[in-house]
Amino acid sequence: MIEVAIEHRLGGFRLAVEFHSTGGLTALFGRSGAGKTSVVNAIAGLIRPERGRIVIDGAVLTDTERRVFVPAHRRRVGYVFQEGRLFPHLTVWRNLLYGRRFALGPRSPAEVDQVVELLGIGDLLTRRPANLSGGEKQRVAIGRALLARPRLLVMDEPLASLDEGRKGEIMPYIERLRDETKIPIVYVSHSIPEVARLANTLVVLSEGTVAAIGAPAEIMGRLDLFPLTGRAEAGAILNTVVAGDDARFGLTVLRAAAGELRVPRLDLSAGAALRVRIRARDVMIALAPPEGLSALNVLPGTVAEVGRADGPIVEIRLDCAGEPLIARLTRRSVETLGLAPGRRVYAVIKSIAFDHHAFAGAAPAGGADADAIPG
Amino acid sequence: MHWFFDFTPDELTAIRLSLWVASWAMVCSLPFGLGAAMLLARGRFWGKSLFNVVVHLPLVLPPVVTGYVLLLLFGRRGPLGRLLEHTIGLVFAFRWTGAALASAVMGFPLMVRAIRLSLDSVDRRLEDAAATLGASAPWVFVTVTLPLILPGVVAGMILSFARSLGEFGATITFVSNIPGETQTLPTAIYVQTQVPGGDLPALRLTLVAVAISMVALFASEAMARRAARQTGGP
Repeated sequence: MIEVAIEHRLGGFRLAVEFHSTGGLTALFGRSGAGKTSVVNAIAGLIRPERGRIVIDGAVLTDTERRVFVPAHRRRVGYVFQEGRLFPHLTVWRNLLYGRRFALGPRSPAEVDQVVELLGIGDLLTRRPANLSGGEKQRVAIGRALLARPRLLVMDEPLASLDEGRKGEIMPYIERLRDETKIPIVYVSHSIPEVARLANTLVVLSEGTVAAIGAPAEIMGRLDLFPLTGRAEAGAILNTVVAGDDARFGLTVLRAAAGELRVPRLDLSAGAALRVRIRARDVMIALAPPEGLSALNVLPGTVAEVGRADGPIVEIRLDCAGEPLIARLTRRSVETLGLAPGRRVYAVIKSIAFDHHAFAGAAPAGGADADAIPG
Repeated sequence: MHWFFDFTPDELTAIRLSLWVASWAMVCSLPFGLGAAMLLARGRFWGKSLFNVVVHLPLVLPPVVTGYVLLLLFGRRGPLGRLLEHTIGLVFAFRWTGAALASAVMGFPLMVRAIRLSLDSVDRRLEDAAATLGASAPWVFVTVTLPLILPGVVAGMILSFARSLGEFGATITFVSNIPGETQTLPTAIYVQTQVPGGDLPALRLTLVAVAISMVALFASEAMARRAARQTGGP
């Protein structure tokens, strides 16, 4: 359980952020300058907010009213920084063990082995940070934070300094961290694909305040938040399960609540859960089940909301068996088709729309920029 | 050549004493140098610029003046000299300890400058990272800051050592020129140049001084390179 309520002034910038979250991975999303890093710095005790209260799993770390401010080194908040911040004078091994001498409880060698295995850094242990790639540095930084036995892990844009390929390399490790350890994570990002794939709870920050909070699928489906989440990247999230392979055509079948999706083959076994982000610009609308069309994916649904027009473009939100889907159309099409809430329609999605953006790194196998996740 | 380097016992004593005095000056001023550098690089307190001036004063004052001030403060009748003699039995006046103190004071600004420069170049964010891993402020200093500024500390120590070897004015003013007690290389050379037939001894002592200084500088270069390699720098 994470409770954050802080007010702070930095120069002319006012930060007034309040949110609760129940563990898992909480993503703080917003443009640069929205105050994301200040929030995690306050959680880690690197800045002292003027007013506020921060409680992690019952432990009060900051409470200005009761004059509580636990210093950073006693908070047990692991911090993975954007630039890694590995100690340049220590080997990877010594970096990993740095926080352990301060950690509580018995020291088991198995714990180190586990973390080294979890992050796949066994081959790097004798090297120095100067000789590591960006992705390797970030994995070591995550391991170093984990071995200090944190009660909470905060990650400040840990992937921002990496190229697309390296992002795809790290993200599976963060997913494993989220799913296999019990440590709650607060994850700062300004990337829609990242938060869509990783977050359990999404907190949207804008100009120092919380603009929205909720499950990623719900937030991404809200038309009114598009100015904040970014129109070009806007899209909805469908929760799907891998149903099997269509081996003959090199496709994977995913099952969503509204129906089946056929996408370029993924290296995932049947039954695996997968979040698919479908960008609004990749969705077309038909009034009747289309025939003689090359697109493979057609999901029935009803129009739930027609967004505010911004020039010639309008976004509409569909309800596809309880899950939202966003489509971007011209105002003209909306008028000609007579789209209004309650209208039954068919959403058409081309299979090749499912590139690495859709899976945030878990790209189609054999694709041009494939970064298949292991396992 | 053999006859040329045939040192008299007095000359050997002066060489040994010089190395001894310079080593003590270097080692004893290190903790103070680190502290002053930390205060100047990180501290925020009233009178910081005055403190900065006082630390650098020996660099610009005539050494004779520094020596005289030391005599007033640390002489037998000086307030600090009397205090130290009564509390811990430490006497500076006309002892080699006084020569070490004079050398340390003269080398102090150089040491502080070198350490402060390297402190300014330390990435403070690494210290924050150490704190989030559970390290308290003293631990952060010992395990992160100190290793990172090691090249600067070594450079500062060598500068202080080299300055001590060359110290003349403050030493001779403060503790005079007593063979076997306060007569270091520079004063020994000076004495030789003042007596008839002293040219040869003066020249060989000069060569010794040059040799020691060069070894010290080479050692500092090598150690700085090694430290830089360890921290992954250039």
